[in-house]
Amino acid sequence: MTDPNSIIPKPPFTGMPCGNNNATAEPLSSPLGDPRSFFTVALMEYLGMLVVLGGLVGVFGLLTEHFLSAQNFMTIANQIPCATIIAVGMTFVLIIGGIDLSVGSVLALGSVVLGVSMVQYHVPLPLAVIGCLAAGLVCGAINGLVTITWSLPSFIVTLGMLEIARGATYLITPRTQYIGSAVQVVAETTLGGLSVTFLIALVIVAAGQVVLSRSVFGRYMIAIGTNEEVVRLSGVDPRPIKLAVFTLCGFLAALAAVFDTSRTGSAVPNAGEGYELQAIAAVVIGGTSLMGGRGSVVRSFFGVLIIAVLSSGLAQIGAEDSTKRLITGCVIVAAVILDHYRQRLRKAA
Amino acid sequence: MEQKAPQSDVPTAGGEMLLEVRGLSKSYPGVQALADACFDLRRGEVHALVGENGAGKSTLARIISGVSRPDGGTMVLRGKPYAPATKHQAERMGVRMVMQELNLIGTLSVAENIFFDHLPHRLGLIDYNRLHTDAKAVMAEVALDDIDPARRVDTLGVARQQMVEIASALSRRCDLLILDEPTAALSDAETALLFEQIRRLKAGGAGIIYISHRLEEIQRLADRITVLRNGYLVATSAADGICLDKIVRLMVGREVKDLQRGGRREFTGVGLRVSGLCRGDLVRNVSLEVRRGEILGLAGLMGSGRTETLRAIFGADRPEKGSIFLHDSPRPARIRSPRDAVRQGIALLTEDRKQQGLLLPLSVRVNITLTNLLLVARLGWIRPAQECRTAERFARALAVRCASDRQRVVELSGGNQQKVVIAKWLFRNCDVLLFDEPTRGIDVGAKFEIYRLLGDLASQGKAVLVVSSDLKELLVLCDNIAVISAGRLVTVFERKDFSQDRILAAALSEYMGTTKISGQSPPGIVQ
Repeated sequence: MTDPNSIIPKPPFTGMPCGNNNATAEPLSSPLGDPRSFFTVALMEYLGMLVVLGGLVGVFGLLTEHFLSAQNFMTIANQIPCATIIAVGMTFVLIIGGIDLSVGSVLALGSVVLGVSMVQYHVPLPLAVIGCLAAGLVCGAINGLVTITWSLPSFIVTLGMLEIARGATYLITPRTQYIGSAVQVVAETTLGGLSVTFLIALVIVAAGQVVLSRSVFGRYMIAIGTNEEVVRLSGVDPRPIKLAVFTLCGFLAALAAVFDTSRTGSAVPNAGEGYELQAIAAVVIGGTSLMGGRGSVVRSFFGVLIIAVLSSGLAQIGAEDSTKRLITGCVIVAAVILDHYRQRLRKAA
Repeated sequence: MEQKAPQSDVPTAGGEMLLEVRGLSKSYPGVQALADACFDLRRGEVHALVGENGAGKSTLARIISGVSRPDGGTMVLRGKPYAPATKHQAERMGVRMVMQELNLIGTLSVAENIFFDHLPHRLGLIDYNRLHTDAKAVMAEVALDDIDPARRVDTLGVARQQMVEIASALSRRCDLLILDEPTAALSDAETALLFEQIRRLKAGGAGIIYISHRLEEIQRLADRITVLRNGYLVATSAADGICLDKIVRLMVGREVKDLQRGGRREFTGVGLRVSGLCRGDLVRNVSLEVRRGEILGLAGLMGSGRTETLRAIFGADRPEKGSIFLHDSPRPARIRSPRDAVRQGIALLTEDRKQQGLLLPLSVRVNITLTNLLLVARLGWIRPAQECRTAERFARALAVRCASDRQRVVELSGGNQQKVVIAKWLFRNCDVLLFDEPTRGIDVGAKFEIYRLLGDLASQGKAVLVVSSDLKELLVLCDNIAVISAGRLVTVFERKDFSQDRILAAALSEYMGTTKISGQSPPGIVQ
């Protein structure tokens, strides 16, 4: 019989935490196991979406005078932080194989919490923001807790929350709360011409992508979305991870509420209607699978951009709302078809 | 005979030519799965395909049954050119395959699955009376007559599901039946029944392509044997003109020494002690003990509660009663979930590696490191270089054949997938290892590697508990064999007392007089 140690790798994990001295010795491309450079890989990953986005910008640039102006792009940039942040949370939820239909209502709830506490109780902005975020956090946590405790489909649970949060919103106040400049200061703060909310959204996208692809938490999310039972039988409890993802999604919806409220200066009880579907559309355009286990935050951001550019461009060529919706719908389906071919190409490569 | 196959210079059983395959080839990214294969099948013949995992058997079967399309080559069926574009087309021409993977719809009933694409109906509504009568008739042929045809398929065990799938193939007229590892999950009694059905089809003039790793079985059943290696067809021969050793040599392309058990291992204390474990009908007051350094086999018929016992120990299904003691500890361990079990050093390699063992669309690397991700991470962040090195080391140590550790597990062959599962638990470095059918659907070469691995793990002082339907496997592998019958642990045999007859008798003991098994001829492991 051969020496056992020649077959079984010796457990290298006793004693010191392993390998901290030589981990950085290898070039970056090697751990990826891919001879191509980081940029080639990134380009391949995002090329399709860049082409679509560039194409849309080009078409609208040709059709209208003002589309290709810094002013217009700035306007778009200041419109999308809210959708972007929601899309990040939604990407996570979809990756674990769930769905969150309540984000729009949670946004409204956060918004009126912010509005009522500032207008009626004269709470200072930072405290009101904390209240708003807490409301979102609680809604998300309830979504997650109910889902994992009774192993219910999150579709149903969050559909319930969609109604519950909307109802709670109207209970708190049925009227629009005009806050004015006290809250607009958030959205009006700029850095290099760009709204600080847009920059925060960018940071969240970047952080979300890194968490997804590089953290233990992100890896567990992908694994749970792929096959939850395998994860459970591997000795990892999937429930706290799912709870965290739903909570995070609620929290991000509330953060979006802060941005939304500060952009308009008022808290509206019917805010955020339809946001959940818009977010899902953006995430799906980005190629995240509704079945879970596969997705990318950066690509979801591109999805948001595509929808925003389309909407802004169509408005500028004078399209009516009905036409806009029709075309947006077509683009969503077309993007998913494109992604289907991208997947096949990647598998063949 | 006018038509003559190129390689078969030996007389063959059967009549006219049914299928001829010429120069078939197929490649997948990075792999030549099948190269220039020539193969033929006559009416009334059982033609076996053997070869290691990834040798190209399944690829050939998939092409013939219309599941995949070849890159090149031609096929002739009953004298006419044959190039099915889909499985459905092939089925319409009488070519059917029972796949290695279960292809049943779990939420439908047994009867609905058997007759899925030709449900009896009246005015567009399913005629359930007829469906159930017809189903009962088919089910009786494969010994499923104790099951209600209206029962949901996913409430059956894997073996029973396999029989349902076979029943489904038998329910329709077929000229050419392909069976891919049909007995992997079957007990000997069920295997015997299957063989009876195969012989019946054969007598009726059908041709059968039979793929299996179990060579004894093939020798018993097949008229001709074709050996594949690395995508090439290396030999075709009459079954009675070739000995097992020769087949194995042709398969692996090198000499395989029969497994020699290493020197006696030292048992040092109790690794796992189970006392009075109960859960439902299938785990009834089970007590057993596995010492460190010992391999304890768990024998029993299909559905006798072996898997359920392992799952109860592991906390995958919570036991109703009973305690588990680990590592000589006098106090019972608290195991309420797989997480608790793994934290206390217990690993379970599940019977169904595709559904419960692996994240199929993800990479080899992700699968290996899943059990202990924190080891290759710092402060919650994965360290890619370290993860990669770890995964590569384990993949290499177990000789997993893959292009890189980034390759998706779904693309690997069955044996290599199983090695990934083992790697993932070795990475966790558990002390108590529960193996459920560790060599199911795995070729001879890989089997021996896995036997050796298990032996080495025991030598390292791990407590190993192995469930297997292959009694011979347990006989070579184990120090002691515990026998479960109808959920009760009836006896434990020491190595010096091992005998197939006695173990089998013990496995049947609790069923005697209560179920139909006693009425049948003893299913014995016929050689």
